[in-house]
Amino acid sequence: MNKAVLASALGAPSAFGQSQFAFMRGNAFEARVKADGGAELLRLVHEKLDPGAEPPAAGAVPDLTAVGPEGRAARTALALREAGATGGWTLLDHPLLTLDVAGSPAFLEPDAVVVHPDGSWTVVEIKSFPMLDGSADAAKVGAAARQSAVYVLALERVAARLDPAPEVRQTVLLVCPKDFSNLPTGSAVDVRKQRSVTRRQLDRLTRVEDIADALPEGTCFAPDLPAAELTAAVESVPATYAPECLSACELAFHCRARSRARGAVTTLGRSLRAELGSLASVDEVLSAARGTSGDPTDPTVAALRRAAALRAEALGTRTTAPARDPARGAGNCATSHGAAAVNEPQPARRTAGRSGTTCP
Amino acid sequence: MSLITTLARLEAVDTGRAQPLATVRHRHLSDRPLVLVPLTTAGEAGAPLGALVGTDRDEPRLLVVPQPRDRDLRFAFLAELADVVLPYIDDHAREVEAAERSETDPETGKRVKVEVELCAEAAQLIVPSRAGIDLVRLLGRSMRFRRTAEQDPEAPHPAPPRVPLLGRWFTHYGERARVPGSSLLLALTDVLSRHWATGQSTLEDQHLGALLAWIDPPDGGSGAEAALRAELLRDAEGQLVCPPAGPATDPAFDNKLLAPAIERYDRARTALAAAEDGVEADDRLGELTAAERHIRELVASRTRPTWDAVWRGLDLLRALPEGPRAADRWTRDRWSFTGHRDRVLAGEPPQPRRDDAVTAANKLATREREQARLEAQEALDDPLVMAGRRLAGEAFAGEVTDVVMAYGEGKRPSPRPLVTVRTDDTPHLGERVKVYRSLGGKPQAAEFVGYEEDGATGAGTSPPGPESTSGPGSGPGSGSGSGSGGTLVVLRVLDRMGRGREPEPGSVPEKGDLLCFTLFEHEQRGGAKLPDPEDTPWTHGGPPGGTDTAPQPDAVTDEDIL
Repeated sequence: MNKAVLASALGAPSAFGQSQFAFMRGNAFEARVKADGGAELLRLVHEKLDPGAEPPAAGAVPDLTAVGPEGRAARTALALREAGATGGWTLLDHPLLTLDVAGSPAFLEPDAVVVHPDGSWTVVEIKSFPMLDGSADAAKVGAAARQSAVYVLALERVAARLDPAPEVRQTVLLVCPKDFSNLPTGSAVDVRKQRSVTRRQLDRLTRVEDIADALPEGTCFAPDLPAAELTAAVESVPATYAPECLSACELAFHCRARSRARGAVTTLGRSLRAELGSLASVDEVLSAARGTSGDPTDPTVAALRRAAALRAEALGTRTTAPARDPARGAGNCATSHGAAAVNEPQPARRTAGRSGTTCP
Repeated sequence: MSLITTLARLEAVDTGRAQPLATVRHRHLSDRPLVLVPLTTAGEAGAPLGALVGTDRDEPRLLVVPQPRDRDLRFAFLAELADVVLPYIDDHAREVEAAERSETDPETGKRVKVEVELCAEAAQLIVPSRAGIDLVRLLGRSMRFRRTAEQDPEAPHPAPPRVPLLGRWFTHYGERARVPGSSLLLALTDVLSRHWATGQSTLEDQHLGALLAWIDPPDGGSGAEAALRAELLRDAEGQLVCPPAGPATDPAFDNKLLAPAIERYDRARTALAAAEDGVEADDRLGELTAAERHIRELVASRTRPTWDAVWRGLDLLRALPEGPRAADRWTRDRWSFTGHRDRVLAGEPPQPRRDDAVTAANKLATREREQARLEAQEALDDPLVMAGRRLAGEAFAGEVTDVVMAYGEGKRPSPRPLVTVRTDDTPHLGERVKVYRSLGGKPQAAEFVGYEEDGATGAGTSPPGPESTSGPGSGPGSGSGSGSGGTLVVLRVLDRMGRGREPEPGSVPEKGDLLCFTLFEHEQRGGAKLPDPEDTPWTHGGPPGGTDTAPQPDAVTDEDIL
């Protein structure tokens, strides 16, 4: 299913897209790294991960082309088995692996997999962000590590079917441009943690069949359906939106609009749920803070009312007391009309574009 | 995010307008800041595509790299940028005032006052977003090790003069921006979201257009709707109406408009190079100029909205009165600026690629100290920030209900008056915890003696009852007058009362005073002094090796991108 098309059909098109400059640059760098039968790449793997092994003179680069993804995956498994027997360095350029995700197979294509002389396998990830003075952007390295961890999991599945099962190295090689040049440099990244996290998440995923079973009969996500029908169909699959979705999912803008319409506090961030306890909607929180609803013995409600009172006091007394002496003259209750009255004659705040008091 | 900030955000969702998070401006704004709105090419490590730069909001200078992969054009861009930025910095570096600094005399080892210069005003650089700060750092790193033809006539691809100097300044600004509360290099989105809470997540606040829409929606409409338009609205050609503040560009812009324009430029350049006679060359030069002008227009069309937005944001910030202690932090920025000016004048080499152990530890200690200072100063400057600290139990405000004169037990009895404060706050007070209040701008310390129950004299160090700790305000009508409800806290004032037996007038709180005490210190003490870099112990790598060797320039290859 193409989620980007679906999102456009829902009227909330995704903002994802790749600039052709970035695309060209990424491809050019990867081609450079893999040039000459991967000599440079194998040299980096040898230097960073396996300095004890014999230096790679000329690595084998088996042909992995086949018809269809299943064919390519089978060809990859075969090439891996054969490479283990040779006792030399082998580079698999864009192999295809399969991984079971929520009960349905997903095909994965790492940039490269290297087979060491001792028969162990290493995942290689090539990225075009620079490694400046030996360090790269932590967020991008983290994303690359998570990505590689999935490949490691998929490789382990292939390895488990072989006898004896070869070792899949838990340290991957991240290849990036060095400083501001186009020269490749590598860094070993330990992905043990990411691997176990991903594995746990995969094990816990609800199976696709279970989700499909829960859907009403006849639910269809075809983008050419009328918008209302399509929206209803998408609504039938539960989704919990959080701001992090914006950088990961094509449907994020749709989910955000629904989440905002519902008034869910997580629209502003996941941490709010932890702070606000059982109060899950904006209206609930605000009415609890104003004292019109909520149980005053609930610590969250009490803290909210205290926060509202302090906030009103600080905003309301700004012109009546010196900044360092917050007076309590305006009262402590957010709903107090005294606080609202003090707020009104403040032209300076209008020009600042703020709406002044929130009290009715 | 504290609960009080969360509440402000939810109020913003409810009202559709951003809500104030501060009542004063917590960052100094120069009268004449230099605004820089850069754009980069996607996929390259910060290869510049263009920029708007200048101090005059009506007349920004447009700098464009028509082919970002061409080293000469990039150098031309950086040289032009240096021509704008360095004179601005020099203007500020020239104006000095006399100041004093205590230094250790190398002969006697005593601390002595030394007369030094302090720049009267530091150059302030403003970029639209946090990614802009990263770009300034990156440009600084890429430029400061370059060699000019004068420094190294043999080296291939010499950089234009002044470019390495700009790199050193950019590095200094990028490094200073990591110090909490500093204002030398500001990202406007950071400063705006420090002062206003919007009804969107902090992630979405990174979008300058959306953030401004929440704070100051056009035509006084709903901020939420305006923010959504700023974020997503596209024109008939599929281009964002409000382009991203950069430095990254929108992929749709790259693919549909910029790529064809650059291609046209490349073709025109190849054609010009292949021209065989003067007339033909003239025609082709015309085409090249037209292609370049087209790219300039495209870059201007993407940067100008952001440029205007930055100045609008500055207007909004200027409408807030500056916090009294922001000036103190700005003075530290001026010291930092002056210090770098002196290092450049003294001919010191550019900042190293990696800090040595002592420098790194010093930087870390500075950031920690400045963080604590910033938190304390913001709270003292701004009742709204103080409200957050009061909610967290780190401060309390109330009315003085009783003052009893008492004296210390030392040989010379000094005044140690007992002050009772009635507060609705719930501070985390333990036995003999020190609290501070501001007295004429200086902190006066007091220590916690105990809680007092209404009418009773017996004091304990635990709060009198759970009802009062759950906070007044939980029932309507409580706290309506200053005399009822609340907790009575007894404090012993410890200092700032003069040397005599009787405290100086005005130095002891009086009955009826409204005071605010904090549990955190108002002024930060520096930590233990670290050794000089030359005395770095071997456990930390030892003294930096070969201190007199200047850092080597980066290796240059023909395919470099920056």
